[in-house]
Amino acid sequence: MSQYNRDIIKIKKMYESVFIIISLLSLLFSIVILMLLVFDLAKNGIPRINFDFFINFPSRFPEKAGILSAWVGSLCVMFTTAIMAIPLGIASAIYLEEYAPKNIITQWIELNIINLAAIPSITFGLMALGIFVYKMNLGQSILTAGLTLGMLVLPIIIVTTRESLKSIPKNLREAAYALGASRWQMIWDHLLPYSSGGIVTGVIIALSRAIGETAPLITIGALTFIAFLPSTPFSDQFPFVNFQWMSDPFTVMPIQMFNWVSRPQSEFHVNAAATGLILLLMTMFMNGFAIYIRYKFRKKYKW
Amino acid sequence: MQMEQNLKPNEERWRAEVKDLSFKYGEKQVLNKINLKIHEHKITALIGPSGCGKTTLLRCFNRMHDLYQTIKYDGEILIYPDKKNILSSDLDPIEVRMRIGMVFQKPNPFPKSIYENVAYGLRVRGIKNKNVIDEKVEISLKQAGLWTEVRDVLHQPAMALSGGQQQRVCIARALAIEPELLLLDEPTSALDPISTAHIEELINELKKNWTILIVTHNLYQAARASDYTAFMYMGEMIEFGASKKIFTNPENVKTENYITGRFG
Repeated sequence: MSQYNRDIIKIKKMYESVFIIISLLSLLFSIVILMLLVFDLAKNGIPRINFDFFINFPSRFPEKAGILSAWVGSLCVMFTTAIMAIPLGIASAIYLEEYAPKNIITQWIELNIINLAAIPSITFGLMALGIFVYKMNLGQSILTAGLTLGMLVLPIIIVTTRESLKSIPKNLREAAYALGASRWQMIWDHLLPYSSGGIVTGVIIALSRAIGETAPLITIGALTFIAFLPSTPFSDQFPFVNFQWMSDPFTVMPIQMFNWVSRPQSEFHVNAAATGLILLLMTMFMNGFAIYIRYKFRKKYKW
Repeated sequence: MQMEQNLKPNEERWRAEVKDLSFKYGEKQVLNKINLKIHEHKITALIGPSGCGKTTLLRCFNRMHDLYQTIKYDGEILIYPDKKNILSSDLDPIEVRMRIGMVFQKPNPFPKSIYENVAYGLRVRGIKNKNVIDEKVEISLKQAGLWTEVRDVLHQPAMALSGGQQQRVCIARALAIEPELLLLDEPTSALDPISTAHIEELINELKKNWTILIVTHNLYQAARASDYTAFMYMGEMIEFGASKKIFTNPENVKTENYITGRFG
C-alpha cells in the first residue's frame, strides 16, 4: 500500500474521532445540565420531604405547609383525564386506522390531529375556559381540569395508538380475515391485544405529560391555595360511590409549586423544590413503568 | 359414486368453477377472462412466472382483495354444490371466508398459543363449548401431522415452533373450520427442503378429505403433487388440464417453453 493511501486512511480516522468527540460532548452537555437541575432540586428539596409534608395542607407558615391538597388534586385530575382521554383516544385511533376510508377528508383529519399535538397548552386552557367553564357551566372544577387535560393529551394517545396498530404486520390481519373474522373480531381478538403494549405506553406518556401541565389549569382558574380535600367518592347509601368530588375546586402539584416559588420568603422556595422533586420522581416513575410495560408486552407478543 | 355420476354428469365432481373472470386492481387489468374448474378431492395447481396473476386469482376465491383499495371483479366464481357466486356483491365476504380456508406464503400463526391458533376459526363461528373445541383442535392437528410433536406444548406460543411446524399450525387452523375448498398460496416457499417435503406429503394426504387449490413457484412440486395444473401467463389462462398431460405433452407452445425452462 502506498504512503498516499495510508495518509488518506489516517485523515479519515481523524475525522471520525473528531466527530465522535463532538457527539459525546453534546450528549454530556445535555445530561450534565439535567443532572445539575435534579441535583439542585434534590439538595434543596430532600431535607424538607418528610411524612408531614404529604399530609399537611398549604399554610401561611412555610414549615407547616404541605402538599396534601396538591397531590390529591393531581391524582383526581389525572383520574378524570384518564377516563376521558383513554377511551376517546383509542376509539378515534381505531376508527382512523382501521375503518376510515383513505380519502382526502381522512387525511385532513389526520393532519389536524398531528397539528393539535403542537398547539400550546395555554390555548387549550383558553378554549376550556370558554367552553367548559362559561358555556357548559362546569365551574373551576376537577371535571373541567380533567376534560381540559384530556383534550390536551388526546392527540398523543391517538398518534401512539395508531402507530402501534400500524406496526402489526398485514399477514396477521389477513390470517384472521381468512378464517372468517369480521373486522371487529380482527381488531378485538388480534390488533388490540398485540398492540396493547404500545397503547399502554402511549397512555402513560400522555398522562405523565398531563401531570406536569400548569398553564391550562391556571387559565381555567384552578386555585393556588386550597386547604381542603375534594369530597369523598364513597357514600353510605347505594350505590356507595358518588361523583360529587368532580365538581369540587382543586389544586395540583405544579400549581402549588408555582405558588410557592412566587412568594418572597426563601423557606417557601424550599417547599417548591421539594414539590418539584416529588413531581419529577412521579413522572420518572410513570415513564419507567411505561418502559417496563413495553418490554413485557414485546416479550409476550413477538412476530 | 358411479350412480351419482349418472344422475348429474360431471358437475357432482366439481367444487368450484371460474367463469370468464376478469379482475382489475385500480386501472390495472390483472386477470383477463379466466376459466377454470376445480375438481372435488383433487389438487389443482396454479403455475406461471412471477406477476402472471396466479396469487391474484387465488385470493379472488376468498375475496381477500376486498380488504384493499379499488378493485373490480368481472365474471363469476361458482362454488358447488349450491352454485353460489363467490364474487357477487350481495354475498358477504365473511360468508365466503367461512366456507373457504387459506394458508399463506409465509407462516403467519397468531402470537398466541398453538391451541388458540387452531381454535380461532371455531371461536369466530361462535363455538364456545370447550370439549368441542378440544376435540376439533386435536383432530385438526392430527390431520396436519403435527399432533405428536405438539401434544404436550399445546399452550405454548406457536411462534416458538420451527418454520415448517408453524406452517402446519396454519394448515391445522385452516382445516379446523372444515373448509369446502382449501387455498394454499406457495405454502412452502419460505421453508427449507425438509419442511417442504413434509408439507408436500401432507398436502397429498389431505386430498382424501379436501379439495385443494395451490399456487406454486416450484414446477417439480406441481408435477409431483397435483392432479390438475393451470398455466397462467400475463393474467391469462394459457392451458388447463391434467398435470400428467401438461407436464409431458402440453398443447400450447408457451406452456411447453415454461415447463422446459426456456422462460419464466
